[in-house]
Amino acid sequence: MELNSKLPTGPIEDSWEKRRFELKLVNPANKRKHNIIMVGSGLAGASAAASLGELGYNVDCFCFQDSPRRAHSIAAQGGINAAKNYRNDGDSVFRLFYDTVKGGDFRAREANVYRLAQVSLNIIDQCVAQGVPFAREYSGYLDNRSFGGAQVSRTFYARGQTGQQLLLGAYQALERQVHQGKVRMYPRREMLDLVIVDGRARGIVARNLVSGRIESYAADSVVLATGGYGNVFYLSTNAKNSNATAIWRAYKRGAAFANPCFTQIHPTCIPVTGHYQSKLTLMSESLRNDGRIWVPKKKGDRRAPNEIPENERDFYLERRYPSFGNLVPRDVASRAAKQVCDEGFGVGETGLGVYLDFADAIQRLGEDTIREKYGNLFEMYERITGENPYKVPMRIFPAIHYTMGGLWVDYNLMSTIEGLFVLGEANFSDHGANRLGASALMQGLADGYFIVPYTLGDYIATAKPDKVGTDHPEFARVEDEVKSRIGKLLGIKGSRTVDSIHQELGKLLWDQCGMVRTASGLKSALERIGEIREEFWRNANVVGTNEEFNQALERAGRVADFLELAELMCIDALQREESCGCHLRDEYQMPDGEARRNDAEFAYVAAWEYKGPDQYPVLHKEPLSFQYVPLTQRSYK
Amino acid sequence: MRMTLHIWRQKNAASGGRFEVYDAPDVTPDMSFLEMLDVVNWRLIEKGEEPIAFDSDCREGICGSCSMMINGVAHGPMKGTATCQLHMRHFKDGDTVFIEPWRSAAFPIVRDLVVDRSSFDRIIAAGGYISASTGTAPEANSILVPKPESDLAMDAAACIGCGACVAACPNGSAALFTSAKIAHLALLPQGQPERTDRVLNMVEAMDKEGFGNCTMHRECEAVCPKEISTRFISKMNHEYLRAAIVKRKENKGGGGAG
Repeated sequence: MELNSKLPTGPIEDSWEKRRFELKLVNPANKRKHNIIMVGSGLAGASAAASLGELGYNVDCFCFQDSPRRAHSIAAQGGINAAKNYRNDGDSVFRLFYDTVKGGDFRAREANVYRLAQVSLNIIDQCVAQGVPFAREYSGYLDNRSFGGAQVSRTFYARGQTGQQLLLGAYQALERQVHQGKVRMYPRREMLDLVIVDGRARGIVARNLVSGRIESYAADSVVLATGGYGNVFYLSTNAKNSNATAIWRAYKRGAAFANPCFTQIHPTCIPVTGHYQSKLTLMSESLRNDGRIWVPKKKGDRRAPNEIPENERDFYLERRYPSFGNLVPRDVASRAAKQVCDEGFGVGETGLGVYLDFADAIQRLGEDTIREKYGNLFEMYERITGENPYKVPMRIFPAIHYTMGGLWVDYNLMSTIEGLFVLGEANFSDHGANRLGASALMQGLADGYFIVPYTLGDYIATAKPDKVGTDHPEFARVEDEVKSRIGKLLGIKGSRTVDSIHQELGKLLWDQCGMVRTASGLKSALERIGEIREEFWRNANVVGTNEEFNQALERAGRVADFLELAELMCIDALQREESCGCHLRDEYQMPDGEARRNDAEFAYVAAWEYKGPDQYPVLHKEPLSFQYVPLTQRSYK
Repeated sequence: MRMTLHIWRQKNAASGGRFEVYDAPDVTPDMSFLEMLDVVNWRLIEKGEEPIAFDSDCREGICGSCSMMINGVAHGPMKGTATCQLHMRHFKDGDTVFIEPWRSAAFPIVRDLVVDRSSFDRIIAAGGYISASTGTAPEANSILVPKPESDLAMDAAACIGCGACVAACPNGSAALFTSAKIAHLALLPQGQPERTDRVLNMVEAMDKEGFGNCTMHRECEAVCPKEISTRFISKMNHEYLRAAIVKRKENKGGGGAG
């Protein structure tokens, strides 16, 4: 396997424009002769399917939900960044680029990030034209707010439902193409494998989740926009059904998996209450604009928060990071919360929580202003916890939220498999070791609206894929593999629920491959994962049959893949003997507890190649160089 | 808390269904309604029985997947709350709860509590968009939208497409869902060029799918987890009337031009 990142040369400001000119075009009349498979219908998938349909390609779009509108992008709350500089506060494309490279702790490609910052401008224009109801000022102009990791106000938002509104914009554009016959939508279909013919991605095998039928689909190119793998931890802020199966199957067919250990922990989630907990709920980090984070100065202080006087509260982020205060990046805020809880200062029943307090902001701005800004988040918090955050401080704790790692892609978003493109959270590309708030929506839409429509055309024009249909023997072979795997799952007939095994895996990963990692912990986790996997294949109970709507079977297939992916995450975390961004190795810290990066040895993308079952994967390194953002230790003090 | 659940079980659209009774002996107040069902399912799986099928995904009240009638009320007893955000602290020890799927001719049952809501997608496909192909957009701040209109459009756009409105309506009407999209787009300057055709096409698609007509019972508004207002249905009716008049004028004018 060779990693050819196809990075542009020359000045970074012109590199994307230069690349767009170099990319080969498909004649408008010829586009309709080409079929494209799009797996996933979130921001990246829906925007790409719609845009490719508008260009004239025939797109088959698959999602496991009952409607493309339900993809998990819908749940993003806070906002989307763009370097519009509408606030005249010193923002620019270069500053967004700079903030993103630095926020990612220098583990992303400069050229990709620069392009992302440039394209951010077009995204806002596009979404406004579609009728996305962004927040506005009384003048009628677009409003902005600030977000963690940045000192400018560049975040566009639609109340606390920005992801919903952006996704509905993309979904509506997608449905328009469905109406015009350019996109065919296949809901309740789950991709279970990738089909490769002569070294190129030529189709997928999917399960019809209603009938159980195993179906083959062929195309000239396959695009995966299937989101992240945060649910490997069982508890995360991801939707219940978000999974890694599509990217994991592609990995096992030859797509390199990059930086799997880069998993982001979001600092402001609602704490866990019991063993039945099915998921964690995030509270938008925009709350950190007005909320102040604190714990009691006294260990194990059981007084109600309002009874603790100001001078007995430790506003630990403001104390440790005076210039960024409560707005430090996510990884910094999360680790600080874990640290104070580990030291015994945590609050709530479990001691795993810190306060996020709005009393000062309510006093300063009035309850109405706070309600206007965060009303729906406050309501959601109250619905879940039964506590009124206008009166009592919220309790928050970090939770797995986003995965920066994903399938390796080149600058054109193509994986190491020819003709297989990967978009959005499913790829590894732009966020390095840590993603800044309000950048996921930006990246998903950048990939879908403005990058893949060009680069995929270039692949088709250059590779000139000949016609391959589902009658090709490779489809039958892969279908057989898929069926035999399903048969194996249904045949275990053990005594444990799949969820209980998944919970066990999740707890192990959270402890050993979560916020703080050590070599010994990772090694023990690797041993343990093997045992849990063995337990799964020996003792899980997957009830029902294949030929029916069977959610137990769906879940079992996803968990089987998580049990393999977990191993790769720990292997990756073990080889990265440094701390960077989300990845804190206990052995590599500054004297003050901040992450110690090792640029001399680890300024690379770790791309893993699958070598077969029970074989150690092979590590390929893509070196990263930084010409525009000087390598510096991040400091938010 | 201990509760008795009467849950609708149905193998698929073709077969008949029935209520079955389940004991939920270990419910805690902090559980969500769906977590309570998860625990019931774990126990069923441990006994080798098939778990109760239900749709759910984000579990944050925004994806619109979850869809169940709880004691005859779509999404259950809490106002403005989707099933996934309903917590067991609103129930009492010893309660008996009836759980059913959405019932509407336009939402065929897939299994147990899962229904097929693709009719909603087809209503959107008929015109629930602004035709702005990627790349055509002007600079975002060249389109000014007065804040009150923008806020009202957002109120309408908050719809999560769950279908509770249809399930609650005695006529099985999709008027609240359809009107929310029509109103969202008709309130914005960007939505004006397609305003007339949009309402005509979407209403036609809604009727074709077999949804009933709105007679303003306002049951939809009462159960909507996003508290979408029936004002938008009035807005849709207004838009429809306007479109009918505009179309008639156009047709007359068009006839003379040849």
